Amino acid sequence: MNKTVNQKAWFLVLPVLILVAFSAVIPLMTVVNYSVQDTFGNNQFFWAGLEWFEEMLHDDRMWNALKRQLLFSGIILAIEIPLGIFVALNMPKSGFWSSFCLVLMSLPLLIPWNVVGTIWQIFGRVDIGLLGYVLDKLGIDYNYTQDTLDAWITIIVMDVWHWTSLVALLAFAGLKSIPDAYYQAAKIDQASRWKVFRYIELPKMMGVLMIAILLRFMDSFMIYTEPFVVTGGGPGNATTLLSIDLVKMALGQFDLGPAAAFSLMYFLVILLISWVFYTVMVNLDKKGM
Amino acid sequence: MTDSAIPENLTAGGDTTRKRVRVNKSALVMGAYLLFLMLPIYWLLNMSLKTNAEILNDFTLFPRDLTLANYRTILTDPSWYLGYVNSLIYVVMNTVISLLVALPAAYAFSRYSFMGDKHLFFWLLTNRMAPPAVFALPFFQLYSSVGLFDTHIAVALAHCLFNVPLAVWILEGFMRGVPKEIDETAYIDGYSFGKFFVKIFMPLIASGIGVAAFFCFMFSWVELLLSRTLTTVDAKPIAAIMTRTQGASGIDWGVLAAAGILTIVPGALVIYFVRNYIAKGFALGRV
Repeated sequence: MNKTVNQKAWFLVLPVLILVAFSAVIPLMTVVNYSVQDTFGNNQFFWAGLEWFEEMLHDDRMWNALKRQLLFSGIILAIEIPLGIFVALNMPKSGFWSSFCLVLMSLPLLIPWNVVGTIWQIFGRVDIGLLGYVLDKLGIDYNYTQDTLDAWITIIVMDVWHWTSLVALLAFAGLKSIPDAYYQAAKIDQASRWKVFRYIELPKMMGVLMIAILLRFMDSFMIYTEPFVVTGGGPGNATTLLSIDLVKMALGQFDLGPAAAFSLMYFLVILLISWVFYTVMVNLDKKGM
Repeated sequence: MTDSAIPENLTAGGDTTRKRVRVNKSALVMGAYLLFLMLPIYWLLNMSLKTNAEILNDFTLFPRDLTLANYRTILTDPSWYLGYVNSLIYVVMNTVISLLVALPAAYAFSRYSFMGDKHLFFWLLTNRMAPPAVFALPFFQLYSSVGLFDTHIAVALAHCLFNVPLAVWILEGFMRGVPKEIDETAYIDGYSFGKFFVKIFMPLIASGIGVAAFFCFMFSWVELLLSRTLTTVDAKPIAAIMTRTQGASGIDWGVLAAAGILTIVPGALVIYFVRNYIAKGFALGRV
């Protein structure tokens, strides 16, 4: 749609600007402030320049957390996106069963995040949880509080449980928008199931899939509550993702300077990757997908 | 109807058996997936209906002595059930604020081009990408210094950080789908901007407003880190109160499970009411 140039439109955006300035810009400036200062208490601050940034960049702690975070986001995207598409392809297209599936699938999305953590914390326990109990009875040694691999599997399965439905629902919405005529044409051409998926369904889903990938990437990169409730970042530091590490540093140890420098770099990484996704998405939009 | 009749004609030649097999396979896949989704929730429900003795000593798939005592504990104790009230208050406040400011902004983004509009739009979205962990401490200091600490409005405003950008994004998608000719015709007919917006435009994007409200509700309801950091007593959300079950004698599993189940209820109700819009709504107006 071609838009009219109208500078007065700024007035319509003004309320959002004021609100976001209050709830985002002011706090962000506080973070910037801390990141370049040092304090010995008593509200006395000293200029520290870029020292904290240098210190954090040479600190293994942040790099390790970042590596774990990238691994985590990579794994869950690699599982949730294909699985979500697969589920969407198998969903009933209309009628009672369609809404039945939709309602049940949306349910995990609306559970408070710490309750999600609690559910899996209980579910995986060997003494009172169904999953842990069954695995134990099968003779599989499973203990998510002691074993690194088990802890990782637990938080990944939990995230898949929690968020695959979002991908599936988005993909389903994309699938539903494909007119019947496309399928009929494919049938006349005797296209195989794979070809129908590759050349009709996938391109038509691309727009919503980009939203799904963007949302899932951002949210998994900021994940805090669920793994924290389940593993508390342990065993050791094995599941200490970026946010968990940051909260530990800022609210636990009150290391304001390093934590602020950490925050800013953390935010920049998300911005950078999201910007790439966003640009791809806008270009897809322009091509009229 | 004629649309769906055509493939039937095309597939008439012996293809029906294969079709039935595929439908069954789909049902199998969906069944397995839904089972995977429901099992952990069922387990929580199961636990919430048991006594602590049964939870810890016997491993049972169904509660043997069905008890509602855990729920009674929560629903009769103000320090418990006020948590739900607090959560609902700030969630509703947040949804209303987010929609009120997002509606005009989304209209501006969908209809006009103005200086810096694209940058502004992306900058708004970046706030959706801001990790709450980064903002927890500054929020705490900001709201303490303006005397809003431990109030519902503080949490509602803090949640605007990620909900306003999302609401603008969703609404902009829906508004783009409304032809601009409608605006122009209305102005020619002598409608003022405000009257046009409320009387004509908002009903046209009603489903978009519903979807935006749903997402605002959802993300505000499930968030814990900020709402916990910004409250101590008066506005403490239920999710934070749940940590209380860790008493001296260990964790009160039954009450914990019951509290968890009760936090699922509002979400389930909301889903039930919007069930017919979910499929279209999740596409955020972008298909």
